[in-house]
Amino acid sequence: MDALTSSERSAAGPGPAGPGPAADAAGVAARDSYGRLLALLAASTSDLAAAEDALADAFEQALRTWPSAGVPGNPDAWLLTVARNRLRDHWKSARVQRASPLDAGQDELVHVDDVDVGAIPDRRLELMLVCAHPAIERGVRTPLMLNTVLGCTAEQVGRAFSVPASTMATRLVRAKKRIKAARIPFRIPDREDLAARMAAVLEAVYGAYVIDWATTGPQARPLPSEALHLAEVLTALVPADPEAHGLAALVQLSSARAPARTDARGRFVALADQDPSRWNPHLINLAHEHLRAAHARGQLGRFQIEAAIQAVHCARRQGGGTDWPTLLTLHRLLHAVAPSLGSGVALAAVTAEVDGPAAGLATLDALLEGAGPHARRFQPARATRAHLLDQLGRSEEAVAAYESAIALTHDTAERQYLQHRRDRSRESCRDG
Amino acid sequence: MRYALLMHYREPGEGEISEEAVAEAQEAFGAYGRALESAGVLLSADVLQPTAATTTVTRREGVLRVQDGPFAETKEALAGVFVLDVPDLDAAISWAEKCPGAQWGVIEVRPTATAFVNGEWTR
Repeated sequence: MDALTSSERSAAGPGPAGPGPAADAAGVAARDSYGRLLALLAASTSDLAAAEDALADAFEQALRTWPSAGVPGNPDAWLLTVARNRLRDHWKSARVQRASPLDAGQDELVHVDDVDVGAIPDRRLELMLVCAHPAIERGVRTPLMLNTVLGCTAEQVGRAFSVPASTMATRLVRAKKRIKAARIPFRIPDREDLAARMAAVLEAVYGAYVIDWATTGPQARPLPSEALHLAEVLTALVPADPEAHGLAALVQLSSARAPARTDARGRFVALADQDPSRWNPHLINLAHEHLRAAHARGQLGRFQIEAAIQAVHCARRQGGGTDWPTLLTLHRLLHAVAPSLGSGVALAAVTAEVDGPAAGLATLDALLEGAGPHARRFQPARATRAHLLDQLGRSEEAVAAYESAIALTHDTAERQYLQHRRDRSRESCRDG
Repeated sequence: MRYALLMHYREPGEGEISEEAVAEAQEAFGAYGRALESAGVLLSADVLQPTAATTTVTRREGVLRVQDGPFAETKEALAGVFVLDVPDLDAAISWAEKCPGAQWGVIEVRPTATAFVNGEWTR
């Protein structure tokens, strides 16, 4: 995955507030409470757009009045009350316009009024389930979550998804209209549906961290703090879900290694050659807490296994080598639980570490034979194949394999690394 | 091998796309162009003016016909052309996947038949 620059990091920060102390208070409230308040305001009607408008008005009023009147003791309750009044006005005017005495708004009003602002319930899990609902197009689920749960703007989300803000805004508006029109409910699904629905939520949260390119493999999305935040929010909402903890640990461990992915001169550093002292110990510790919480549930899943794999790599920080046999077990497990081209290629690479490059190559070639033509243009498969041929001393084939891997490598640092390896194989050809 | 990545998408009306959106798209295409250039695969990149500015030229019927406008009316129009020099179709597809235009349109990947390089048509 790509290292992320500090400018990308700072550009991605959420928060609608401007400068000043009251603005700071509003900014903190925005970051911590935005999704909470939005979920609550939208839960009874599934009307996210109206809830957003009401909440935006409330924040605006806070910025106007807090500097002179002081920050209220419970900013959330204050914001909720103001937003709730705005929503009530909105429903009233809608009712007047339609002049219908049996408007659905009447019921909805009661729900919001019932809320005890002193003990604001958390409906963000319901909100996340709505964002990742099967009726919502897969590609917009992650943007919708970032936008509604964290309050990221369409511009921030658009930047991370490489689309103009207006295009992203249109997609978000369309999805919200669909949620309202189809009345996708803010509720926890029944037991039999819950597992599949939660899997979609986890996948959408993971999507905030990774872009899964079909040709060049997974790449970190330029939105790291938001991905970490979203994963943390999810574990807080479902503390008993081991996969939520596994996902949080995975994102933290991958982020922890990001600084070591390139050296001081910007050159690509393969995982095995990375300097563990450049990994972020704080994130690694946080991840281990999540892994412990996950393992206590005794129910294995894809994200926990992926996190465990990362944890084994990160254990190199404590000194000593890499525990390849454990990694092999974990990769076999992962490829059985959640088989993908990526998991298969990784399994082949680890097989080579334990059973030798010939065994690794056999595993890889068997995988590629069984996969479709898309496997041919999967960069990690090509690069791994080149490394294995190189290790086997089949230098001529390695050179050709490196060439084909290089053609599929878009990352400059990684391409230079592969070119360097190719040149070395070429020298071996001459020497041999 | 030379491949043309032909971007097709619906032509926006005048003023339909805000200046900010244009600036953002330019930024995305800028990053994409630099990625292609640093990979050493970019031969040329042209984003085209709208079809309203097109002139179609043919001598198909034996005489010169110059038509004001595009050849055929379609909903999605050719919007830009990247010409890449990459070893094979897989590499061309991998770059097409990352093209910003793929986010809102369709990228046609077509090998070029011949190109005029250094004073002659080559393959």
